[in-house]
Amino acid sequence: MTELLVLVDHSGGAPRRITLQLLAAARAVAPALGAEVAAVWLGPGAAEHAATLGAHGAVRVHHWDSADAKGYVTLPQVEALAALVAADRPAAVLFASSNHVKDVAARLAVRVDGGVITDATGLAVEDGAVVATKEVFGGDVITTSRVADGHLPLIGVASNAFAAEESGGGPAEVVALDVAPSDAATAAPVTDAVVQAGAGRPDIAEASIVVSGGRGLGDASGFELLERLADLLGGGVGASRAATDAGWYPHRFQIGQTGRTISPSLYLGTGISGAIQHRAGMQTSQHVVAINKDPEAPIFQIADFGIVGDLHQVVPKLIEQLEARRG
Amino acid sequence: MRIVIPVKWVPDTAGEKHLDPGSLTVDRSVASVLCPVNEFAIEEAVRIKEAAPETETVVLIVGPEAAGPTAAKALSYGLDRAVRVTDDAVAGSDAIGTARVIAAAASTIGFDLLLFGNQSTDARTSLVPAMVAELLGLPSITYARRLELVDGGLVADREHEEGYDTVSSPLPAVVSVVEAINEPRFPSFKGIMAAKSKPQDVWDLSALDGLDTALVGAGAARAVVGTATPRPPKAAGTVVTDDGAGSSAAELVAWMAERKFV
Ligand SMILES: Cc1cc2nc3c(=O)[nH]c(=O)nc-3n(C[C@H](O)[C@H](O)[C@H](O)COP(=O)(O)OP(=O)(O)OC[C@H]3O[C@@H](n4cnc5c(N)ncnc54)[C@H](O)[C@@H]3O)c2cc1C
Ligand SMILES: Nc1ncnc2c1ncn2[C@@H]1O[C@H](COP(=O)(O)O)[C@@H](O)[C@H]1O
Repeated sequence: MTELLVLVDHSGGAPRRITLQLLAAARAVAPALGAEVAAVWLGPGAAEHAATLGAHGAVRVHHWDSADAKGYVTLPQVEALAALVAADRPAAVLFASSNHVKDVAARLAVRVDGGVITDATGLAVEDGAVVATKEVFGGDVITTSRVADGHLPLIGVASNAFAAEESGGGPAEVVALDVAPSDAATAAPVTDAVVQAGAGRPDIAEASIVVSGGRGLGDASGFELLERLADLLGGGVGASRAATDAGWYPHRFQIGQTGRTISPSLYLGTGISGAIQHRAGMQTSQHVVAINKDPEAPIFQIADFGIVGDLHQVVPKLIEQLEARRG
Repeated sequence: MRIVIPVKWVPDTAGEKHLDPGSLTVDRSVASVLCPVNEFAIEEAVRIKEAAPETETVVLIVGPEAAGPTAAKALSYGLDRAVRVTDDAVAGSDAIGTARVIAAAASTIGFDLLLFGNQSTDARTSLVPAMVAELLGLPSITYARRLELVDGGLVADREHEEGYDTVSSPLPAVVSVVEAINEPRFPSFKGIMAAKSKPQDVWDLSALDGLDTALVGAGAARAVVGTATPRPPKAAGTVVTDDGAGSSAAELVAWMAERKFV
């Protein structure tokens, strides 16, 4: 049976949440494609997670058990995938629409004559082809698109677009992928990998709740308040460009046009005006809560629940109440 | 040392963007500007040139006639010359088609470093830099938030969700930069005046070395848009005014509890 491949996104030896969401997405379209769902794990660690991948619907996992996967920039992963695609002729490849993964897909598309669609929020099969729904222009327009006939579809799926779900499958069969990177693939080595993720807090793309702060926080210490709130909610912490530009919070947490795009179940913005460039990165959140002292702030136009008030009053009270609920 | 900086002409981010209902491509009749993300790549190139004055900096634009002012804008920051590739055959290209034109144009110009923005503010795919690198067989050092040229190569910090990777690479190479890398200056009056006398070439596809023109344009696009619909407007939400005593916090907690967020 042809395979519908899911490229596992993993970190610290464990699959990210998006991987399980990708498997759910794959299971939704595999039958109509006449394909079975298989995973590809590039780098060490697949064996320990074969049960999880299987329980989420992967019948097998192609495993390239090599530190080279992350030891050099992009190309070893591209070569491993190109070898697998040549041998396996999959129906399509699903991948996470995150930065470094998109690079892999971009290069793979050139190499194996594929076509790439990124940030899909929905998938369907029409006339035997995968049709991807996608929100463009910061969510103002919804498009459907497909990869032209004769080209391998490489479909990037947005975070939180599909709910991870167990399928009741047994452990995935681990099949070794035997490739060695070329000299060209090892030209750009990673000499240092710095992980700065904070205190077990989920990444903003993965989190189902994101608390986010802007200029209204006043200074960097405002983010300590937000982090306390986020931790009570099990959420991630994001920021507006005004806040990242001021150096109050790292750039990788910037939400918006020139930052990241997130679609959590709940976005809670404090001291953020809701400029069009900010909304472009969070407009597709399922629920939006805004706390802002200016009743005219544009963020209220898209808020499901808005509080006109001083965040330095409201947020501490919110924290108090959430702590009280916990008991 | 020659740096080529591919920059894009995009609808102004401060306005609403639309798809042209006929072609289902970006409606470019609205006010357009030099893609703001590219200002960071331009700034980086200018800084490299300041440190090594023998560096030549060339801005490269693939776009229609109307993209012309983008060249002058880019040159006003201090870049040396501009090449614009304008050809009806490019219209409707997807990321891979655009990447083919950029790759061929960059090879025709000749370069040691290709300096991109990490994404364009309209397409926002971030695919083009890595595709260009693949077409040219070069390393793709994307999402750089620090870039340093060292003897015959470069060292960069590549930003990702959890931190960054420090990488080294030989030249020539493809680099894309994120906003965190620098603070772009404003063009000076002198820069704006000087831009007027800098060389601005306009090429059609026949000027490019090694481009298979059958592989660019709408007909060669591999990502094909079928339908485009505006997002339905959102129903108005509840807005409460805080009384300074925490009543609104209680209301919010109740609202969240109803939706099982707490
Ligand atoms: C090309 C381009 C790209 C951009 N990309 C992005 C992007 O990716 N992400 C992004 O966020 N922005 C981006 N911007 C910037 C964007 O236009 C806004 O300037 C930015 O989002 C403003 O951030 P802010 O809401 O934190 O600040 P402001 O707009 O200054 O808003 C601060 C808000 O806080 C409120 N406030 C102040 N004090 C309090 C208080 N005590 N309690 C409650 N409320 C308070 C104020 O009423 C105000 O509404 C971009 C701009 C451009 C030109
Ligand atoms: N038409 C174009 N002309 C020149 N450069 C472009 C063009 N399209 C994209 N780029 C470059 O590729 C980067 C990434 O764009 P994208 O892949 O569309 O998100 C941009 O920041 C530009 O540097």
